[in-house]
Amino acid sequence: MPLSLDIAASHLLSRRRQSVVSILGVALGVGFFIGMASMMQGFQRDFVARVIDTSPHITIKDEFRDPPAQPVHALFAGGAVSLSGLKPKDEPRGIRNARGVMQALAEIPGVHVAPSLTGQAFLRYGAKDVSGTLIGIEPDLERKVSKLEGDLIAGSLDALYTAQNGVILGEGLAQKVGAELGNTLTAVSPEGVILRVKVVGVFRSGITSVDNFQGYTLLKKAQVLQDRSNVVNQIRIRLDDITLSRALARRIEERFGYRSEPWEETNSNVLGIFVIQNGIMYSTVGAILIVACFGIFNVISTVIYEKTRDIAILKSMGFRETDIKRIFVIEGVLVGLVGTVLGWLLGSAIVEFLGSLEFKVEGFIKAQGFVLYRSWTHYGVAGGFAMLSATVAAWLPARKAARVNPVDIVRGAA
Amino acid sequence: MTAAAQAQALAPRGALSPIVEAREVTRTLPGPVPVTLVRDISLAFRPGEFAAISGPSGSGKSSLLYLLGLLDVPSEGEVLLDGAPTSGLSRDALADLRLARLGFVFQFHFLLPEFTALDNVLIPMRRLGRLSERAMRARADEILASLDLAPQAKKRPDQMSGGQRQRVAIARALANDPDILLADEPTGNLDTKNAHIVFEIFRGLAAQRGKTAIVVTHDAELARMATRRVHLVDGRIAEFIEERGPI
Repeated sequence: MPLSLDIAASHLLSRRRQSVVSILGVALGVGFFIGMASMMQGFQRDFVARVIDTSPHITIKDEFRDPPAQPVHALFAGGAVSLSGLKPKDEPRGIRNARGVMQALAEIPGVHVAPSLTGQAFLRYGAKDVSGTLIGIEPDLERKVSKLEGDLIAGSLDALYTAQNGVILGEGLAQKVGAELGNTLTAVSPEGVILRVKVVGVFRSGITSVDNFQGYTLLKKAQVLQDRSNVVNQIRIRLDDITLSRALARRIEERFGYRSEPWEETNSNVLGIFVIQNGIMYSTVGAILIVACFGIFNVISTVIYEKTRDIAILKSMGFRETDIKRIFVIEGVLVGLVGTVLGWLLGSAIVEFLGSLEFKVEGFIKAQGFVLYRSWTHYGVAGGFAMLSATVAAWLPARKAARVNPVDIVRGAA
Repeated sequence: MTAAAQAQALAPRGALSPIVEAREVTRTLPGPVPVTLVRDISLAFRPGEFAAISGPSGSGKSSLLYLLGLLDVPSEGEVLLDGAPTSGLSRDALADLRLARLGFVFQFHFLLPEFTALDNVLIPMRRLGRLSERAMRARADEILASLDLAPQAKKRPDQMSGGQRQRVAIARALANDPDILLADEPTGNLDTKNAHIVFEIFRGLAAQRGKTAIVVTHDAELARMATRRVHLVDGRIAEFIEERGPI
């Protein structure tokens, strides 16, 4: 065993209790980091995966991000022009020349498009009135832009074609209204149109807000219900390469003018919460590790205080300052290393324990128990952070130890 | 008289070149009231010499020893090793010299308590790394045996008597076969019998193995066992006695 390691190990073993406490501090920090990261990332990745599977990657809406510029502003660009009392032009909603837009987009490789008309409707079944969002789709095109067909737990997508007024409901929505496959409901739109619709499918996406409030019908039927013939108010786009969503959405908006939202923007409220969640998680676990580092700092400072004479004799023997520093840094590294390995085992046990729990989760997503993401990266990051912290925590007192003047100590001892 | 001439004059006549030499060495501790520990001392020691530095408490005995042992640096003057000045050397270079050329023994044994006697002796050798593992072990066994410590080799300091601990400290000081042994009140915590044993060891090392042994003591009787005696008072050489001829 190298001499520095030998001396470092002997110091730690001479203060077993303190060393064990420091090691446990690191182990807890590492273990909980792994457990929490697995849980949080599992949830977040599952949500994102479901959103990406269920929702379009880009949605073109029949609205504009900014109101159109007034001619007077263009005429006196930069001038002190103020307009008041402006009223927005009352134009029929819907994407103009939606078919043309879709045709242009469909020519881009890796881009799949489908039209839809989204509108609110009351679903009435017996004594129950439930508000929901009915989306008019073309099933053949919808297959290419969403995983709706895969999410069906009853019925089929093609039944929208075959049934007279078919509707596919989210599982939660169906439960709220109390309808099952084959039941006929009454749909009432804000325009006052009433349509008898038959449940031809029930889907479960796993995203609560979708399952509890959305339903699908044929585009034509939706146009009738909303009294908006030939109107398409959303074009839904699915990409083979999801990473292009932001860039393509920006290009589409620049070209056609309509608000074009990538899935990240559509779900920005949830993704924003994830950022806060991550911040809280990393702060909490970081705090645990920092406390552990104080433990390491404490044990090494105590060892240095107790071993001042040993340091003096080692220096009088011919040990260099770097040798002394190395001994105490190794002590920190040893505590960090043993703590990290124990923390890995603890983290693995926490993850397995969380994975074994079964309970119904219904928040942003629906699941049975925790959705966990197991990744070696968690182990690497936790271990790396713990080792770095332990080394820094040891380095500070080690530097002080290296500066011990042996003459002061030897003279004081005499 | 120049410092060199003075040092030479205080060295045994006709002997080998000095191995360690102090030239007009002064050590002052800085502070609001500076304290001068040793003042204007010139001395030279040659191989095979057994010298005792004596004097009352606060006379600067230990301070002079630390300066000669390169543990401390003079405020003025120069300490030379083999005729080469040491003042320009870095702390690392001084540490390397201490490791390879010098061996220290203190009043308190300062053995590392977690290690056995054998391990304590091995530490300087392992740091120097000049010998193989097997050779280091053999040498440590040999040194311990020569100091009648073979049965204590596997014992930790707290399992040994005071005399045994101090002999282990001497064994450790001899580990790297140093040219110069420096001992600061090595018998301060020992009874008379053990004190004589320790001094006999130093005398033997100087006479038989050619080591330069410089021992600080306040015990006049023990000091008389040395071949040269330097008596300090108030940081200055008050008396210089050479009992025997040069080796």
